[in-house]
Amino acid sequence: MTSPTTPDAAGEDGAEIPDDGIFHFRLYIAGQTSKSLAAIRNLTLLCDTHLPERHKIEVLDLAENPELAAQDQIIAVPTLVRSLPPPLKRMIGTLADPEKFLIGLDYSRPAS
Amino acid sequence: MNQQIKTTAEHFQKAPSGIAGLDEITFGGLPKGRPTLIAGAAGCGKTLFALTFLVEGATAYDEPGVFMTFEERADDLVQNVSSLGYDLPGLIAENKLVIDYVRVERSEIEQSGEYDLEGLFVRLGHAIDKIGAKRVVLDTLEALFSGLGDGPVLRAELRRLFQWLKDRGVTAVITAERGAEGQLTRHGLEEYVSDCVIALDNRVDEQITTRRLRVMKYRGSAHGTNEYPFLIDKGGISVLPVTSAGLSHSISDEVVSSGISGIDAMLGIGGYYRGSSVLLSGPSGTGKTTFGSNFVNAACLAGKRAIYFSFEESPEQIVRNMRSVGLDLDSHVNTGLLRFESSRPSLFGLEMHLVLMIRQIDAFNPAVVVVDPISAFRGSESEIHATLLRLVDYLKVKGITVVFNNLVNGEQDDRNEQSLSSLMDVWIGLHDLEANGERNRGLFVLKARGMSHSNQIREYRLGSDGVTLIEPYIGPHGVLTGSARIVQEAQEEAATLERRDEVNRRKREFTEKKSAAERQIAETREALQREEAELLALETVDERKEQTLTASRSAAATRRGATT
Repeated sequence: MTSPTTPDAAGEDGAEIPDDGIFHFRLYIAGQTSKSLAAIRNLTLLCDTHLPERHKIEVLDLAENPELAAQDQIIAVPTLVRSLPPPLKRMIGTLADPEKFLIGLDYSRPAS
Repeated sequence: MNQQIKTTAEHFQKAPSGIAGLDEITFGGLPKGRPTLIAGAAGCGKTLFALTFLVEGATAYDEPGVFMTFEERADDLVQNVSSLGYDLPGLIAENKLVIDYVRVERSEIEQSGEYDLEGLFVRLGHAIDKIGAKRVVLDTLEALFSGLGDGPVLRAELRRLFQWLKDRGVTAVITAERGAEGQLTRHGLEEYVSDCVIALDNRVDEQITTRRLRVMKYRGSAHGTNEYPFLIDKGGISVLPVTSAGLSHSISDEVVSSGISGIDAMLGIGGYYRGSSVLLSGPSGTGKTTFGSNFVNAACLAGKRAIYFSFEESPEQIVRNMRSVGLDLDSHVNTGLLRFESSRPSLFGLEMHLVLMIRQIDAFNPAVVVVDPISAFRGSESEIHATLLRLVDYLKVKGITVVFNNLVNGEQDDRNEQSLSSLMDVWIGLHDLEANGERNRGLFVLKARGMSHSNQIREYRLGSDGVTLIEPYIGPHGVLTGSARIVQEAQEEAATLERRDEVNRRKREFTEKKSAAERQIAETREALQREEAELLALETVDERKEQTLTASRSAAATRRGATT
């Protein structure tokens, strides 16, 4: 799990492997709907609880940047994409189930 | 109120699909601004169908389109249709087409909590706005079911999607996989798309594959309800445009020659009516192809176009063979008036042959057509009947005269022929007449609608000078053919000679008698003349004597005293 690359160069397919142990999340929402807000809330809570100081959250609103939907292959909203650490993981929904979030994102795996 | 509804129906707008034939079946195209479902099993041509709809829209009707594909990547799609002459990259560059590949991989998607498909809506909406799309294709939405699982969320979102498409006013085509028995689509998409449903089908019948299309439903519009075969080839998709024309075609009094003077003479008007259908049936070796060739030859000589559909022989073979009966078809082929279309009947299904024939007829626009032979077609009797009916109707509407050759077994007309008869305006039967150890050919007109026609069985010969109909011999024992006819003719000739001899003898006798009588008359006249002459002579002598007497008497008187 060692690879000397710049973390932010990691593309959609997550080919680059960073080693800073930071989780990069992109949350795609479409407008400020209740689902969107719930997802933001849940994600922030989960990260603060389980990944304190080890996460980066980027919220992308498709209502403002519709071209991102095609570019990043988004169908459902909210969609959470974990671009780092690899492999790239996707999760759809409001992230209401913490357990699913943790298992689905392979949280248990050591980050470094 | 009723009036109101009617008016709305009349203004029902349609988006032409640009797919040959489909717009005729649907009387104008797909419902404009509404979704249409195209259902079919794998390999039916759903994607191509949908893509043609978009490409035609973009190129012919100035309606840009969005193709959202869930199965094929954009690159694959572009490649797959380039063979059909669709230049997708060009259209994309001109902003007339957007292809959006939506990747749905179940393994990549975890779900936690509520979600909706707004992402898809945004995506589609963005693509539509980008080029001002009027048409949208979703191919195949069902991928969502495998990617997201068939749950109430997806169902609700699909319902919303179709409503959204309607609200956007785009004409949408949604493709769907055919479901198991009885089900139109695997996931019941027809539940959501209720305006227009088209089913595609790819059936193998006796090892022959035929693609078929059926408009199952078209809310608010009339449509052809039959199954229509369709074709995918380098010209794209074409649905058999034989919407049964019915019996409303205009008719013609114009006469078209059969190409054989003898047959023309047997028909009251001196040929066939233009636009009529002629059945030429007979066993093998009766010269059906020769008759057909004469027919096209006559048309070409008159400067008209002709197509010869041959299902048994290659064009070269026909041209060569017809040279032996004095027909130079090659020259017509060279001048472009005559076109041969040969294909093995087993190459396609019956319906497909019909599609191809009509395509070629449409392209070439001939005045006459020969189909040789229809017996080569495979299929059930009713199917053949229906196919020919459509071909006949089609040709009638176009005013094209057609000759169908039909191979029959021996003398017996099978039932197939009986049912064919109703389609035909003229039916000429070619027969082998077997008698006295030889086989001769005879033809007769079984029927000829709308004209008087000879009821005779006429013997005919195929020779280097073509088809010659021989003057019929009808003796006390019926029509005689071949050498029997020749023998009979010889006998008759002998009898005639005999009779003529007798007459001559009698004539001679009479002449002799007459001359004898004349001689007698002459003799008698001569005798009379002689007598008359003698009589005259006598008279003269007598007169002279009297004069002499008078003279001598006066002389005597003078002497006696008159001198005194």
